[in-house]
Amino acid sequence: MKQICDVLIVGAGPAGLCAASIFANTDVQVIVLERDPFLGGQLLKQTHMFFGSKEQYAGTRGFEIGTLLKEPILQAKNIRIFTNTVAAGFYPEDGFLLAIENDQELHRIYFKKILLATGASEKALSFENNDLPGIFGAGAVQTLMNMYGVAPGKEVIMVGSGNIGLIVSYQLMQAGISVKCIVEAAPVIGGYFVHAAKVRRLQIPIYTQTTVRKAFGTESLEGVELISLDAHWQEIAGSERYETCDTLCLAVGLSPLSELLSHFQCETQYVPELGGSVALRNQRMQCTHKDVFIAGDVAGIEEASSAMLEGMIAGVSIAEDLGIATPSHKSIKEESTQFLQAMRSGPIGDKIRSGLRKVEDSHV
Amino acid sequence: MYKNTGYLSSQEYSSCMPDEERMNSGAVAIIECPEHIPCNPCQEACSRGAIQPFEKITDLPVIDFERCNGCGNCIAVCPGLAIYVLQKEYEPGFSLIKIPYEMLPIPQKGDRCDILSRDGSVIGQGLVERVQKYSFNLKGRVLWIKIPKELHREARNIRVVNE
Repeated sequence: MKQICDVLIVGAGPAGLCAASIFANTDVQVIVLERDPFLGGQLLKQTHMFFGSKEQYAGTRGFEIGTLLKEPILQAKNIRIFTNTVAAGFYPEDGFLLAIENDQELHRIYFKKILLATGASEKALSFENNDLPGIFGAGAVQTLMNMYGVAPGKEVIMVGSGNIGLIVSYQLMQAGISVKCIVEAAPVIGGYFVHAAKVRRLQIPIYTQTTVRKAFGTESLEGVELISLDAHWQEIAGSERYETCDTLCLAVGLSPLSELLSHFQCETQYVPELGGSVALRNQRMQCTHKDVFIAGDVAGIEEASSAMLEGMIAGVSIAEDLGIATPSHKSIKEESTQFLQAMRSGPIGDKIRSGLRKVEDSHV
Repeated sequence: MYKNTGYLSSQEYSSCMPDEERMNSGAVAIIECPEHIPCNPCQEACSRGAIQPFEKITDLPVIDFERCNGCGNCIAVCPGLAIYVLQKEYEPGFSLIKIPYEMLPIPQKGDRCDILSRDGSVIGQGLVERVQKYSFNLKGRVLWIKIPKELHREARNIRVVNE
């Protein structure tokens, strides 16, 4: 079916919903595509309270933020939402984006501006038998546990001590599932100290300079072999030990879901600090193709709070280019830009600032 | 050190505590937030202005122990569960800690519990004195735990004892 809109938003996570909110109850025709059956993206799985300031819902739990963000979008008559719908590809010669709804209905969507807020996918880890049932990405564990109320197993080993590994370990314990240990290949814990402190107080050990070498099991996972690493990330022979577990949870990082960007021939660059291939963009979140904007993890792996702010900024930038920006839009953009800079200041923002320097401004 | 272990060493957490004189004179909040996380709800939650205004959102919280009365509003609002209240002189031989708690089952007044240190070791037994619920954090609780006084520096969490 042919669909026509002014603004097409791909992804209804924190970034996409915030961008859509800029257009709620205006004359701009907006279409939002979401692959999942629900709006809210990863927010829906987040049971912990968020950091930040009051304006960014600090102290509110992630799933509650998701509810707050989606309400005004659902009520806006000028915003059409397609859930269970995949953005399959952009056809430049015809100028439409092909979307597939419920695995069967095709939509050709014509638009003036597009925002890619596609988020990220989980990285995997290669080791022997890593395809045994019982080995999950941390996001899958969160989905099963926090969205569908299904326990992934009884005894979990977590791989990775970034914020996701720490938070999901804590959530597993909250669900009454035992977390045997967290292993981390690096010499230091990757995530925030406060998240690490929460799991340590719950008696979960964190083994740094340790990784998983092999998985064992016939029908499904029964145990893993762990091994210590030296300062150069090399395995230390003789340090292998066997640990039983029925679930191994991989929380080893995220990669931006940037495939659609290439359909628009937006210039991208591999930036390790941002998690992978990301688009060159200016501070308006506009890519090298002037009709394409990005926000959230697709622009660089960061936090939901920064995704919301980038979504606001990208939304206002699009409003400007459509010639419908109001003074209140301008102040939203200024405030969001200031908040974003403030959030990224300080030592914790070093990595993201260094990554952004490689892809921002001078290129676009 | 805490970046390797995930918990504060006795030297590190001692630097978050007030001096002995203040510790002996009533309940006081202790903030264990050593990294510059962009986060400021604790400052806004403090009705006595004991948590100093932030210049930048990434500032570390700084508490004026003389202004703090140990009310515990900051405990329930802190997303990092990084704040607790210590009342060293509670009853003869006992101290009180007020800690954030998000596990099930929700403890009840009168429950016995194991007392855990920052690294999760069981260091003694305590008693749940009170269970507080805040309107702005309906899922979490603040537990008041009576603990043997000699554990007042180490006690930081509890585990409900299965009868």
